[in-house]
Amino acid sequence: MIPAAFEYVAPRSVAEAVALLRQHSYDAKVIAGGQSLIPMMRFRMAQPRVLVDIGRIPGLDYLREEDGFLRIGALVRHATMEHSPLIQERYPLLAATARVVADPLVRNLGTVAGSLVHADPAGDWAAALMAARAQVVAAGPDGERVIGIDDFLVDTFTTALEPDELVVEVRVPIPGPRTGGDYQKIERKVGDFATAAVAVQVTLDEAGRCQQAGIGLCAVGPITLRATAAEEALVGQPLDEATIRKAAALAAEAAQPTSDLRGSAEYKRDMVRVLTLRALRNAAA
Amino acid sequence: MGHRIAVTINGQRYEAEVEPRLLLVHFIREVAGLTGTHIGCDTTSCGACTVILNGKPIKSCTMFAVQADGCEIRTVEGLAQNGELHPIQKAFWECHGLQCGYCTPGMLMAGVALLERNPNPTEEEVRRAISGNLCRCTGYQNIVKSILRAAEMMREGAGVASGSPVGSGSPAQ
Repeated sequence: MIPAAFEYVAPRSVAEAVALLRQHSYDAKVIAGGQSLIPMMRFRMAQPRVLVDIGRIPGLDYLREEDGFLRIGALVRHATMEHSPLIQERYPLLAATARVVADPLVRNLGTVAGSLVHADPAGDWAAALMAARAQVVAAGPDGERVIGIDDFLVDTFTTALEPDELVVEVRVPIPGPRTGGDYQKIERKVGDFATAAVAVQVTLDEAGRCQQAGIGLCAVGPITLRATAAEEALVGQPLDEATIRKAAALAAEAAQPTSDLRGSAEYKRDMVRVLTLRALRNAAA
Repeated sequence: MGHRIAVTINGQRYEAEVEPRLLLVHFIREVAGLTGTHIGCDTTSCGACTVILNGKPIKSCTMFAVQADGCEIRTVEGLAQNGELHPIQKAFWECHGLQCGYCTPGMLMAGVALLERNPNPTEEEVRRAISGNLCRCTGYQNIVKSILRAAEMMREGAGVASGSPVGSGSPAQ
């Protein structure tokens, strides 16, 4: 399985990359880690005429807290997230996600931003970043714009990016004190796409009531889903077993699974309930 | 259109004009002639093609050779030094860590990368580190034993003066 021939360019700056995207528009595809794109090219599901390799642009691999956000540069790999002490200490949801994205070898090359731009409904980061209410920073010919994750993810493999835009950063609001989170995933084997997965982030107030809740559902719809009703059922409540059970049932209702080799729609919907329960219990602990 | 690239594999520099769509694993096998790195699945699933790129284990079937321009790569051929097997190779031998041998080069490279980062891994950490590598003989028990045994041998080796047990490549991280 050899990819179709393409022209390869490796710009050295974001401006140069954007100019190339403007020039080649839909004929071009950006490659960073390539862990989704190269398999698609090998299956010839993707046949870009021009491949714009942003891997050689300096200064895009930062991971730091600044101005109220965790800022994840476009070239931050899954493994960087997995091994970062900052992520391990302060971002339990992101840490739990980083551990189960694909497999350890893929995690050494694939990027968080690339996974998000790929917009696979079975992508782990999209669900996690939805629960964390992330924003995407896109650079285009007229400068940068910030897109909320719910607006960014438009449809299966489709984002709000214009053909001449490049994601340069993913931003996660720094969670307040008493924030917990977890990512729960069922997969047939390491490296397979999720059968179902649920991302949860909750922030409690001083009285122990839920102040903010984010729940993202992975691989149970045509797109990453937000379990809005479940989130609403949590806000203002103490995270006791009854509240968690109610939210889990609502999350299952929000799922839109289809039956496939990984399980029946009925099974996947019930797994959303179970995974939401587990994630919320862990997040509240 | 060809691209001129230079890649260092096991300390030796290889320069070639390559088509952009040439995958790194094909560069290693066909241009550099190092056929110890295997192609198993073609779908980023099996890890038979695992090599160490700038200190980290990756699947060389899921990277274009042009992306590796300027990189340091280590393959299974680079493990033995001066005719002496690397401790991980000795451990696989000793603990029967291979049956058909197809996954072995990938398992060795994933194992070495782990031990360079973490010289004293738990069994759980070993299992996690090779979770991207499939063994079609399902010989995992002995593969895990072998890597744990290699860790022991390398720790013992590190205590004595005779040579570096971690090979001559670039440091991990």
